[in-house]
Amino acid sequence: MTLAARVLGVGLVGPGLAGWREAREVLAGRAAYSPAATVIPPPDSLPATERRRAGKCVRLALAAGLAAAADAAIPARELAAVFASSTGDGENQHAICEVLASDDRAISPTRFHNSVHNAPAGYWGIATGAMMPTDSVAAFDATFGAGLVEALGRIAAEPARAVLLVAYDAPYPEPLQSARPVLDAFAVGLVLAAAGAGPAITVEIARRVASPMPDEALERVRRAIPSARSLPLLRLIAQGAQGRADLEYVDGLALTVTTQA
Amino acid sequence: MRPIRLGAYTMSSCLGRGLDAARAALRSAASGLAPCRFETVVLDTFVGEIAGVDGQGLPPALARFDCRNNRAAELGLAQDGFLDAVAATAARVGPARVGVFMGTSTAGILQTEQAYRRRGTAGELPPDFRYRTTHNTYSIAEYVRERLGLEGPCAAISTACSSSAKAFASAARLIEAGVIDAAVVGGVDTLCLTTLYGFNSLQLLSGEPCRPYDANRQGISIGEAAAFCLLERAGGSEGAMHLLGAGESCDAHHMSAPHPQGLGARLAMQSALDSAGLAPGAIDYVNLHGTGTPSNDAAEDQAVVGLLGEQVPVSSTKGMTGHTLGAAGAVEALIAVLAIEEGRIPGSPGTRTLDPALRARYEVAGRPAPLARAMTNSFGFGGSNCSLVFGRA
Repeated sequence: MTLAARVLGVGLVGPGLAGWREAREVLAGRAAYSPAATVIPPPDSLPATERRRAGKCVRLALAAGLAAAADAAIPARELAAVFASSTGDGENQHAICEVLASDDRAISPTRFHNSVHNAPAGYWGIATGAMMPTDSVAAFDATFGAGLVEALGRIAAEPARAVLLVAYDAPYPEPLQSARPVLDAFAVGLVLAAAGAGPAITVEIARRVASPMPDEALERVRRAIPSARSLPLLRLIAQGAQGRADLEYVDGLALTVTTQA
Repeated sequence: MRPIRLGAYTMSSCLGRGLDAARAALRSAASGLAPCRFETVVLDTFVGEIAGVDGQGLPPALARFDCRNNRAAELGLAQDGFLDAVAATAARVGPARVGVFMGTSTAGILQTEQAYRRRGTAGELPPDFRYRTTHNTYSIAEYVRERLGLEGPCAAISTACSSSAKAFASAARLIEAGVIDAAVVGGVDTLCLTTLYGFNSLQLLSGEPCRPYDANRQGISIGEAAAFCLLERAGGSEGAMHLLGAGESCDAHHMSAPHPQGLGARLAMQSALDSAGLAPGAIDYVNLHGTGTPSNDAAEDQAVVGLLGEQVPVSSTKGMTGHTLGAAGAVEALIAVLAIEEGRIPGSPGTRTLDPALRARYEVAGRPAPLARAMTNSFGFGGSNCSLVFGRA
């Protein structure tokens, strides 16, 4: 069995990687990588009330998802969407746990509904009007891989429908950051479809070890943020040539991705 | 989609351990809800607690996973010969060809809630705190995969109260694509302070056992459960129970309130029928999401009546189990399956006076009825909707 798709669009928000247009040059080796703190664009697509309620993860996921849809020139509301995050919204979880450890335990209703792992999927629907199926998956450091398998499974089941995959992570505040260190915020959006203009990828599940990034600084990013485990695939797409990389997947496995321009 | 066979299944909830406890409760319309005495929680509400979770041990090699949620998983996996059934399938197709897709909303976050009460002078978490194998959303999926010795694809599905219904859909797609031959799917969600105080903050907790479809319904009763199903590629298994269809949608409306006309819910139900290749008249019973909040039941009623009409029997079984949140999809999938097997429409303990504004044919008492196909609905925060159809293929 082989899972396959074409990559119709890419969106990227990461440390020193402000958007796909710029990051593509870096990942293809045509420009140097300069590490810098991630800048998350504001969620202009949300209605004012929701914009005030949206946390960092929602803004991250929306930014990468909308950028990928725009890059693919497909209206966002026509896309099924798979959201993948290792940790979910850590700032929100921290705030809830602090209140629950206090005497009054009166957590905020907005914080509670934002605490669900699928909050970005919910806000995505509100922002775009998309009533298409959305998934929210997690698999610790293999979360990008799990999201990719989920998205490609959707395409295999329903080849006529393009699928947006958004993988994102943001750091916890302390004390959880010490228990689960995440370097900085990162989000990648990929619009995948059975056919269309864009590089073709095939994915096989194999007993392999994930490929590192050749650039040391980018390899640090790959290892320090779960959703940045996508970087070897993004590098292949940026290079625009035939290539192969092994992406981190669940314990003992890797996703062997082959690209054709 | 092509039908996917249910090779084995089991559920444990406040109704008891294993399928026989659930069957007995379905026959007598018993409720497992009781006043909340959980942990240090002080709330005037009822909960559905699995008896004996705290005393449940894990295999020593998996001690790092120890938390209430994984104890419930271990308790649940041990029922109904499920471990042996999975081992037999893994031996037949190979452990790398068996996936694991587990739904949960809060995994082992109770562990972190308790650790935050024991922070050190610099605010640090206690040294015995383990994050990956308890708090993290993936912990339940990783636990089940390791416990069962499986080596295939794995993910936690976390879409609030539709999580474990969507786990069936994810696994079915990969079986159909030929990526795997079988999958363990299910849901495990256990009581924690985040959900109890969270639903309280939204004023959605009922002060009495929940009363779905009742004119005086006031909200939900939270439950906990561990439900598992072994899905296998169909073939040579006529007469066995199958997943026939799955449909999903997003409300695109509000984070914690359903679309008032139930548009997203109706879209998911329609899509489940389409995927099963069935007309609305082919559904003999709908196990509703039916949480017992005024707005949820009203929205779902419009969706059900709009698509299936006023004649198809429906009921919510949350008066028996409570709302088991991320486990509800799998729990109610199995209740729909048991309803077909037993030839019985489940009743709705807690419901006394039907809301005259709701039009679906709600079955309060439960009764024998031959059922060929049943649909189950699961709707969650973020407008995440999933409907599944089960029957004999």
